[in-house]
Amino acid sequence: MSAILFRDVRLAARAGGSAMLALAFFAAVATLVPLGVGADLRLLAKIAPGVLWVAAVLAALLALDRLFQADFEDGSLDVVALAPPSLEATAFAKIAAHWLTTGLPLTLLSPLLAVMFGLETSGALFVSLLIGTPAVSAIGAIGAGLTLSIRRGGLILPLIVLPLLAPAVIFGAGAAQEVAGALPLLAAFSLVACVLSPFATAAAVRLNLGS
Amino acid sequence: MLRYANPTRFLQLSSALVPWLGAASAALFAIGLYLGFRVPPDYQQGETVRVMFIHVPAAWTAMMGYGLMAAASLVGLVWRHPLADTAARAAAPLGALFTALGLVTGSLWGRPMWGAWWVWDGRLTSFLLLEFLYLGYIALWNAIEDETRAARVCAILALVGAVNLPIIEFSVDWWTTLHQGESILRKGGPLISSVYLWPLFTMALAYTFLFFTLWLLRIETEILRRRARNALLAEGP
Amino acid sequence: MLAVEDVTGLRGGRVLFRKLSFTVGAGAALALEGANGTGKTSLLRMLAGFLAPAAGTIRFGAVSEPEERGRRVGWLGHHDAVKPQMTVAETLFFFARLHGVADDIPGDVRAALDAVGLARLADLPGQYLSAGQKKRVALARLKLTGRPLWLMDEPLASLDTAGKTLASGLIAAHCAGGGVAVIATHEPLGLDCARLVLS
Repeated sequence: MSAILFRDVRLAARAGGSAMLALAFFAAVATLVPLGVGADLRLLAKIAPGVLWVAAVLAALLALDRLFQADFEDGSLDVVALAPPSLEATAFAKIAAHWLTTGLPLTLLSPLLAVMFGLETSGALFVSLLIGTPAVSAIGAIGAGLTLSIRRGGLILPLIVLPLLAPAVIFGAGAAQEVAGALPLLAAFSLVACVLSPFATAAAVRLNLGS
Repeated sequence: MLRYANPTRFLQLSSALVPWLGAASAALFAIGLYLGFRVPPDYQQGETVRVMFIHVPAAWTAMMGYGLMAAASLVGLVWRHPLADTAARAAAPLGALFTALGLVTGSLWGRPMWGAWWVWDGRLTSFLLLEFLYLGYIALWNAIEDETRAARVCAILALVGAVNLPIIEFSVDWWTTLHQGESILRKGGPLISSVYLWPLFTMALAYTFLFFTLWLLRIETEILRRRARNALLAEGP
Repeated sequence: MLAVEDVTGLRGGRVLFRKLSFTVGAGAALALEGANGTGKTSLLRMLAGFLAPAAGTIRFGAVSEPEERGRRVGWLGHHDAVKPQMTVAETLFFFARLHGVADDIPGDVRAALDAVGLARLADLPGQYLSAGQKKRVALARLKLTGRPLWLMDEPLASLDTAGKTLASGLIAAHCAGGGVAVIATHEPLGLDCARLVLS
């Protein structure tokens, strides 16, 4: 299981990998927002938690369609599926690797963007992203598993995954604004997603291998 | 029940039921609309209260549709029965249609009530997300060529959606209380006067019958389409 | 021993083969032949447990449960499971670790690479390999992971003459060690083995 984790992290970190892409996308979207709504720092500070959360979710989804598809296309997934770790464990390792290479870097970058959006404290945003982004990777993995055999799966994946992520955005942006009760709800959602997702993901991958 | 899982028996049963269901639905619509126009205007909402009779049942039917789709998906996934797969697939466009109807009528109702075509009201927002769930399901099904695999893959999506839907509803409700004042009028809900209950329930029943009529018809069509295709394949080179 | 009993395969509602039965004893190989579209790959995927047969049973030794059976399978599919961004040695190292078979992984990786004649290319990323070289990497992986049941889909495709001899030699050695191999192929394998022709 750790073999898959290390391999996926290494692949994402290499040139052409998804880690840098997600970070750059996150920063670019965040840059476009002031260009769209104006440079009023008071307004930007007000919308920052929501905007940065939405940008983080989109950035995390960016390379998600390749989570299983790349291994599916070059035949690795067949071999991995026959290896000793169960597909559930494999799915969990892949979710963890995805989070380590997208969710975590996005979280680490968020204080910088918070400053650029005129937020006085970025602690709540940081914590909400840290706790909430695993849910994005986990639920996204279900979508990646479902769409892995579809050639243009990257187009369908967001349509499937984004509505399912509504609670993460609601509780996440709420927690970033320090709304009472949002952080525990976010943590609960994230935990449930991370526990249940490997099973749904593995079931989806298993079905798609039977073709 | 299991007797009717055989497609041929199902076709017999279904083609016997459909005319009756359709007729009952039409009659109930006539009665419901008649009652709906007979009731006095609401003291707060005026004549617009009548939109409720076509909006609220559409919303109920849309949710029922997702429930039925998820139940059929579960049966298809566990017992691997093609009829359940067909039933789940056939329910999705209907659910999407009734959700769209709920959204449009909600918007039409909202305009005189709230002075805007769209407000981010909890119920409307949940229904918008429900519509996306339906559309995602339909898109996923259309993207996978192999029908058996499409059915199983979509069944997983339907079940994941069914688990997540209450959480989405809860989070949207939580979010509404966060962002909205108390001044906005509640639609429907327990404040509803009992005069309106009869037309509402009649319409709800009419919608339900309509859903089942269309659902059975769609399942029939799908079974016949498969048979036609298999016949073609058997003849082919 | 691999035992296939009354297995029926469907694809898209169409029957590929009906009531297929055969056995492959320990130490034996079976060449699976037949024109395109007769279901060779589907049968291999059924043997591996990826695909459930519409009817019938498949047992390997005493194991019939698909997932358990899969744990005994060495898979060589159409694609070679070689990552363009990873070097040959990294790829093999990863699969060896994933399968948890070797104590001395670097040593075993080197030995496997020697066996397929790729020792010089150990540090070359997969994207620079030719199709035949990728096939050799896949063969090295099969040898490295030490599974008793080899399922191979066109293992000779895109290999040069020396490569074909090498592949046949690896299969023969695998069977000599008591292993079983089922090989879908269009070409003569150069092995003394039974043939099954799908039609």
